[in-house]
Amino acid sequence: MDDLLSEFLTETSESLSVLDVELVKLEQNPEPSILQNIFRLVHTIKGTCGFLGLPRLEHVAHASENVLGKFRDGELEVTPTAVTLILQAIDRIKLILGHLEQNECEPEGEDKDLIAKLNDMAEGKTPSVAAPAAEQSFPVAADLLAEVEAAYAAGKKAASDTDVLAEMAKERAKEAAAAAKEAAAAAKEAAAAAAPEPEPEPEAAPSVPVPAASPPAVTKQTEQLTNAAGEPKESAVAAQTIRVNVELLENLMTLVSELVLTRNQLLQMVRGRDDSEFTAPLQRLSHITTDLQEGVMKTRMQPIGNAWAKLPRIVRDLSVEMNKKVDLQMLGAETELDRQVLELIKDPLTHMVRNSADHGLEGPEERKRAGKPEIGKVVLNAYHEGGHIIIEISDDGRGLNLDRIKQKAISSGLASESELETMNPQHIYQFIFKAGFSTAEKVTSVSGRGVGMDVVRTNIEKIGGTVELKSQPGKGSSFVIKIPLTLAIVSALIVECAGERFAIPQISVLELVRVTNNSEHGIENINNAPVLRLRDRLLPLVSLKKLLRLNNGEDQETFIVVTQVGTYTFGIIVDRVFDTEEIVVKPVAPILRHISMFSGNTILGDGSVIMILDPNGIAGATGESSMLGGGQSTEGQVVRDLHGDSKTSLLVFRAGSEDLKAVPLALVARLEEIDVKDVEYSHGKPMVQYRGHLMPLVSIDGATDFRSEGRQPVLVFSDRDHTMGLVVEEIVDIVEDRLKVELSASNPGVIGTAVIAGKATTIIDAGYYLPQAFGDWFGRADKEYGTDEHAAPRILLVDDSPFFRNLLTPLLSVAGYDVVAVEGPDRALALREQGHDFDMIISDIEMPGMSGFEFAQAVRAEGRWQTLPMVALSSHATEKDFERGRQVGFNDYVAKFDRDSLLNTIASTLAALKGAA
Amino acid sequence: MNQIVPAGKRPGTELAAPETQDYVTMFIDGQMFGIQVLTVQDVLGPQKITRIPLAPREVAGSLNLRGRIVTAVDVRLRLGLRNAAEDNKGMSVVVDQNGELYSLMVDQVGEVLSLPAAKFERNPPTLDPMWREFSAGIYRLEDKLMVVLDVGKLLDFKKDE
Repeated sequence: MDDLLSEFLTETSESLSVLDVELVKLEQNPEPSILQNIFRLVHTIKGTCGFLGLPRLEHVAHASENVLGKFRDGELEVTPTAVTLILQAIDRIKLILGHLEQNECEPEGEDKDLIAKLNDMAEGKTPSVAAPAAEQSFPVAADLLAEVEAAYAAGKKAASDTDVLAEMAKERAKEAAAAAKEAAAAAKEAAAAAAPEPEPEPEAAPSVPVPAASPPAVTKQTEQLTNAAGEPKESAVAAQTIRVNVELLENLMTLVSELVLTRNQLLQMVRGRDDSEFTAPLQRLSHITTDLQEGVMKTRMQPIGNAWAKLPRIVRDLSVEMNKKVDLQMLGAETELDRQVLELIKDPLTHMVRNSADHGLEGPEERKRAGKPEIGKVVLNAYHEGGHIIIEISDDGRGLNLDRIKQKAISSGLASESELETMNPQHIYQFIFKAGFSTAEKVTSVSGRGVGMDVVRTNIEKIGGTVELKSQPGKGSSFVIKIPLTLAIVSALIVECAGERFAIPQISVLELVRVTNNSEHGIENINNAPVLRLRDRLLPLVSLKKLLRLNNGEDQETFIVVTQVGTYTFGIIVDRVFDTEEIVVKPVAPILRHISMFSGNTILGDGSVIMILDPNGIAGATGESSMLGGGQSTEGQVVRDLHGDSKTSLLVFRAGSEDLKAVPLALVARLEEIDVKDVEYSHGKPMVQYRGHLMPLVSIDGATDFRSEGRQPVLVFSDRDHTMGLVVEEIVDIVEDRLKVELSASNPGVIGTAVIAGKATTIIDAGYYLPQAFGDWFGRADKEYGTDEHAAPRILLVDDSPFFRNLLTPLLSVAGYDVVAVEGPDRALALREQGHDFDMIISDIEMPGMSGFEFAQAVRAEGRWQTLPMVALSSHATEKDFERGRQVGFNDYVAKFDRDSLLNTIASTLAALKGAA
Repeated sequence: MNQIVPAGKRPGTELAAPETQDYVTMFIDGQMFGIQVLTVQDVLGPQKITRIPLAPREVAGSLNLRGRIVTAVDVRLRLGLRNAAEDNKGMSVVVDQNGELYSLMVDQVGEVLSLPAAKFERNPPTLDPMWREFSAGIYRLEDKLMVVLDVGKLLDFKKDE
């Protein structure tokens, strides 16, 4: 059987048994919470069977859901009649499910009668109470009887027994007139009578020629009847998997832990004696215990991919149904989650992905009109971060409809118009988490009943998580679910301070530094504030001992754990560092929750309890809490990247003179060696035929000095169809280093001097040589970018690094733009105050003081530049950075050094602007 | 729909119940205290306790009880008594409070007593206010008085903050 189907059956039969109980409860006590639960269960059944292509089931569930919806909205009263009707619908669902399990397809037949009744009920046409009660339960009984009859007929016809048939018909007629209870009882009896029938059947069969298919059909039908008549047979599908209570696993785990401890004690006792007869069996016990422990641990942890397994199918079916093109990307499926958490977030995730695909993404036509790729993207991303598991669900659709949320909020009385006026859009979006809030215009079979987001939120908050929602009109929405690590396994660094051991989540540890009095790393104090010089930076330090007010023990602090929280990096001084250990984090007792220094506690392998330090809390205690705002999760990524790649790949070479020269590798298209024999001259300028074109050769100091023979290394710079070769003596190396231009030079073609790989190196301005090779380089701009008259587009370049200002200014000038370069956002904003106008802003992201993101927000917030296109320029261009950039208002995002794409982006952005104007 | 009622929550264990009540007795500085027997999970001897920095003074630390982390509370300090004498080894009684385990550290744990409700009395008004908060009432025994500890209040540290 199809995995999906069997899982559906298991799940649905569970839901149904819950439903039975809940409905009865509801009848006695119509509480909204019970109703909500029932509604959700029916909704889920309906939704799922829609995807599985089970129309009969779906219709029944849909109709029942309609009635339940009316209950929930208070339009219908919860009466016994109504509940009976719903129960009936559930019985029908069970009947169909039973058939489904047997035959993997829905039984023939229709449910018009039942659906009609449900619809009548939903529309408020309540029939009088007494009579319908009987009548309503009757159809099921009648159906059953009809089937009993059919079964009987089929079975007995083979045995040529028509009397029974006649009797059955009579019986049926009699029963039909009787009250519902009797009918049901009769059905049961009839079923019971029919049940043994298959047994004598084979005996009868040989004597009379029977169609081969007949006996199995009878068997099936009879079985089905037995089921339907209320003698629940053990579901075959449910028996294939065992569902175990998590509590049971938890207990098992506790027992195993105890076993491990006992084993350790035993090992300790035997260790002293070499010839103990216990050694061998104990070893075996030890192995088994370890295996057992691992096994039990495994039962708790599951990759999140398990919860996602159904999604591709759901999205696919959805895309077919809605006629949309959806690309579902799932990243980090291997991220392990505690089983319990996984179960709890499964439904919310499914809901959210469904919502994204259904509400979020536009149809292909609409997308095309909005200038987006036809295929909509829904991205699921899971990862561990900062001691949390983060699950992001984002789409590049239309974003949430702010106006409709406002309307809905007003109409459902959640907020007044004036209140909404004062709220910012991101706050207003949060209304979608309220119960019964749906902005979908029409109720589809997929979503739009307001079930979902409130359940999503409740479920996530139940496990101590949070949901964040961001939405950008026209750009899409993203949900970030953050689940605390309380239930997850993390790797932790064990440290010691004042004789006590603590665990620090490995994820926030960047590096360890050992401090000794005579080493190059020493702790220095600025007015009692300890700092450490670490690779040309000052690292603020906190003493764990002081922070936790631990007083005993000598002052022997020797290790610094460099820790990172958000954008803030600091060092924690500890006495000793042990190794790392995988730990299962447990929450601290409620009476200790107020201590922000700890995020939990755990039991180590040796059985001792240890507190887990919370880097967030420690950072907060050192006065850096203001930096740890909402955007922390994204910022963490940025900073981590920054650490690695404030380094730049540089090509180091020699040319002209003996000293080293370098150029950013990203600017170089190719490295070539040309045979000097191939060099030709035209108008006295050297050039070479290269890939079917003429490539001019330029040398660094103007004095072309080719080798007399052999091969000459050339750096090829390429721009569109222009290619230029820079002749060099020797390519020395490609190094990755921090590029810090220390001496700027006045001679053209040189940006300055930097220390690269420990040696003074001249940084070459590639932009200077490009126009030397081509006369038309300057004239190109007008033709290609279609600028007005002679007024070149004015570009404001904001970058704190003189190197990039020096690199990009000539580059952009050469491309025909009028460039003004400033060294920081504050200067840029000052220009705005002075009334300068530009056509576009290009801004770096990492800058001291105000970051590019903040700058973009400032520009977008007010003033004359509000609508200016902005392009972000950054040395790291991950998907997340792009997203972040787009959200704060950048139109595009270009990786530094990617010259071609920068020029293309500028040109296309300006062109788009012109087109729009 | 018959639910199996867990032992600890069986009805009829309220103080007002007519029959006798079972208490685990314990001693601090010679004073006898009692805790309802059904709330007690374990009785422990001296344990290796991990200190918790920055925790309230009364929290002695946490310990590992068969894989579960138990927070140890020094009842002596909680009741505002002096520090225990050095040679006192200490025993503790582990109780379950809303799913969390706490170990109540006392000087000594005594026997289990079955006490009739008739011997129960409310707190005398002269009782120290701190004790009055943690005491659910007093039992008159033959030779001494037993203070019934209200574990819920004893472990409610919110009020102190």
